[in-house]
Amino acid sequence: MARTAAAPGVPTTRVGKAAYELDDRFIVAGWLRRTMNKVYPDHWSFLLGEIALYSFVVLLLSGTYLTFFFDASMKEVVYNGSYAPLRGVPMSAAYESTLGLSFDVRGGLFVRQLHHWAALLFVASIIAHLMRIFFTGAFRRPRETNWLIGVTLFVLSLLEGFAGYTIPDDLLSGTGLRIFGTVILSIPVVGTWLFFALFNGDYPGQFVVGRLYIAHVLLVPGILLALIGLHLLILIKQKHSQFPGPGRTEHNVVGNRFFPTFAAKSGGLFFLVFGVCAGLGGLVQINPVWLWGPYNPAQVSSASQPDWYIGFLEGSMRLFPAWEINFPGNYAIPAPFWPTVFLPGVMFTLLALYPMLERKLTRDSASHQLLQRPRDVPVRTSAGAMALTFYLVLVISGGNDVIADKFDISLNAMTWAGRIGLILLPPIVYVITYRICLGLEHHDREVLEHGIETGVIRRLPHGEFIEVHQPLGAVDAHGHGELAYGGAPVPKKMNQVGGARRAIRGFFRPVEDPAQVELEQRAEGYGLSAAEDEGRELTTSGRPSEGGRPSEGGRPQEPRD
Amino acid sequence: MTAHDTRPGSTGGADIPEQVYGGPDDDYTPEQLATLRREDLERLGAKYDGVEVTHVDPGPEPGSPLERRAVRQVGMVLTLAGLLAFAFVVVYVGSGWFLPSWEWAQHPTTWSALYTPLLGLCMGLSLALVGIGLVLFTKKLLPHETAVQDKHDGSHFDRVTIGATLVNTLDRSGLARRKLLIRSFGIMAGGLGLMLIMPLGGLLKNPSRGDPLGTTPWAKGVRLLTAGGVPIRPEDQLPGSMQTVFPQVPNGNTAADAATMLFRLRPEQVAASKPRKGQANFGYGDYVAYSKICTHAGCPVSLYEQQTSRILCPCHQSQFLITEGATPVFGPAVRPLPQLPITVDSEGYFVARSGYIEAVGPTYWNRKRI
Repeated sequence: MARTAAAPGVPTTRVGKAAYELDDRFIVAGWLRRTMNKVYPDHWSFLLGEIALYSFVVLLLSGTYLTFFFDASMKEVVYNGSYAPLRGVPMSAAYESTLGLSFDVRGGLFVRQLHHWAALLFVASIIAHLMRIFFTGAFRRPRETNWLIGVTLFVLSLLEGFAGYTIPDDLLSGTGLRIFGTVILSIPVVGTWLFFALFNGDYPGQFVVGRLYIAHVLLVPGILLALIGLHLLILIKQKHSQFPGPGRTEHNVVGNRFFPTFAAKSGGLFFLVFGVCAGLGGLVQINPVWLWGPYNPAQVSSASQPDWYIGFLEGSMRLFPAWEINFPGNYAIPAPFWPTVFLPGVMFTLLALYPMLERKLTRDSASHQLLQRPRDVPVRTSAGAMALTFYLVLVISGGNDVIADKFDISLNAMTWAGRIGLILLPPIVYVITYRICLGLEHHDREVLEHGIETGVIRRLPHGEFIEVHQPLGAVDAHGHGELAYGGAPVPKKMNQVGGARRAIRGFFRPVEDPAQVELEQRAEGYGLSAAEDEGRELTTSGRPSEGGRPSEGGRPQEPRD
Repeated sequence: MTAHDTRPGSTGGADIPEQVYGGPDDDYTPEQLATLRREDLERLGAKYDGVEVTHVDPGPEPGSPLERRAVRQVGMVLTLAGLLAFAFVVVYVGSGWFLPSWEWAQHPTTWSALYTPLLGLCMGLSLALVGIGLVLFTKKLLPHETAVQDKHDGSHFDRVTIGATLVNTLDRSGLARRKLLIRSFGIMAGGLGLMLIMPLGGLLKNPSRGDPLGTTPWAKGVRLLTAGGVPIRPEDQLPGSMQTVFPQVPNGNTAADAATMLFRLRPEQVAASKPRKGQANFGYGDYVAYSKICTHAGCPVSLYEQQTSRILCPCHQSQFLITEGATPVFGPAVRPLPQLPITVDSEGYFVARSGYIEAVGPTYWNRKRI
């Protein structure tokens, strides 16, 4: 560097020199500047996917710890650990090591529970993220590929979760595994072959826990990791979509730069997600396997429910009628095939193909960077609400025995309610959602045309009472607003357009000088103080004919409705 | 080696910026850049990345009460996070040392019951406070800026040039003309693909050989044992009772499909009995035995409601009527639970007269054929 040290602008400090040396070797300055300058939109709903990402990180960390102690073997051993009620009981090594993890490893129970809670959060946040993408139309061109990757991640996360809670080989998970085996067995033609391939022979055999284990810790997480990487790479390449709003177009992103604002917020979210998982892991018991006992094909306990994300399959299995289809030649398609293989197959195929489907139906194949508010696309929103209702009926039916027990309802009545609800509720929800969307759209237009309802009633000289409306922008000769709807939230309260004094900061006592705040407002000419200062009457309709200056004053807040 | 060495490859390789980098380095000489202020340099860099900061709401004024308060808040939150992290360490390490033991005990002490919750509380709160601290810092102390970044479509220039490069490469390779190469490549790829997945064949087992799905350990003369391994006599059970029995074979009580329910019917149940066709003599006196493995999904059907003579599967709520040959009367199950033919041997203990005459457990594609 001796030769260039004299060049102008070259750092003289130690850190600066070190940075120069680094860039000399790795040439990262340009990349780093681009990364730090990258703009991210600032909306809470964009953080849902991040929650999924961060809970995945927590899962990788805690899961790796758990593998240090878990023995994925079905070899029979006799328990001799510190949990007295199970001493002397024969069980599989997998179950024994899970007990050891819970009772004999310092802090093992805490990490086990943390891992389980993080898994529940992982799937939940994936579904929440998926709903955000769906209802705002973020899957439209150019993001169809990322939608497909997302749906694949969703399905894989269900498999991953199932494999994870099955490997302890306790009574509850063993029951689930038996049912999973039945699901595979029910597939026409190849069912028995797949079943024997998975279990290495007849049920349960000695292999299945080891195979599920390697799927759970290597195969599926590997694919998940690769797909998440791809998901993020495509996201960065395509840049974020954003909600319509001031200054936001199809050709830009408005928000915060990555560093420091976005990085700090996102990092904060990581710690919050981790903290919530850790808090739940320590404070809220989950899957106490020592109470279930080791797996025994002859035993089961009532209220055997899978983790919540498999609940929809459990529900569909309970609701589907006893319809076995027999073919000539003594072949049959068993009843479980329809609710557990066919139905989820259809559900996930429809979900995966939805972007293409919508493109075909609406003939909208344009590239979209601006999102839609759910109300502006009533058909999609209602279809989504319909699908969600269908899903929820299935999930609730997955626990219908618990509901029947707790609320003292007939179990058969619960099953029939589920069967009827599954068919009747979705269309009803469709119609209701559609009406709500139209109503909200209407109200947006009404406020744009007639202004915000101020709640101020005025009596006119001839005795008529009118409610004073605050127009949002310029008005025509009839006093009707000329602003067009732009797909962004319309302010509907006076506070959102600066109709109130600025709140003075401070929780127990003001940290700002109230007088100072008023002065500030007067100086900047917004808010009530400014209006009072000018002796402006706020109770006019705002029409120019009545001296209103609708285009002036008021610091608009981001309306949140 | 010195910097003055003149042998090839031994001189320093520092580039001369203007000649090598291209792009912004052609537009701005180091001398020009040296005259710019830091703020201008940042703006210039952002401009090159298509970013413009359109509005900055500066953070609280330095030294103002607002700033002092925010700094206090963030500082307190982060300090608390650190203290709680230390508390975690103390609980984790100290337990069983200067604190009571954390290990599970038959009669749990307060501490061993509190150990895991305390770990969760400390770590959860500590991490959450770090998160809260970061968010507070962003919201209260950092300037709030609004930045706008341009989005670009794909470059037409790039598309045209890479297209030409690819097509030219294909032309030069001559693959379009040399059909034989394409065909042999196809054969090679197909063969290799097949070859590489072949070892998966090791997973396959013939499910029909020996009919493992259709057989259980039950056979003629096999005694019925209780879960405790005791043979059963007809006087052992009360009318209206049910117990799970297992075949008297090695590991009979853990075999997946052997579990069987032995019922002793009440007189009115016997009177109402309508056995399945050809199975009228499968019972013994007022005793009947049915497979415990549900014909729907293979769960053990366990809940016997003797007032209604129903067996309920707790997994998917199939219900079977034992007075009518265990035919399903509600829920998703299609087939009756198979009945085990039973009798009593010369010593007066229950034995199976034969194995099950049909496959127990869930239905599958070719169940009736094997």
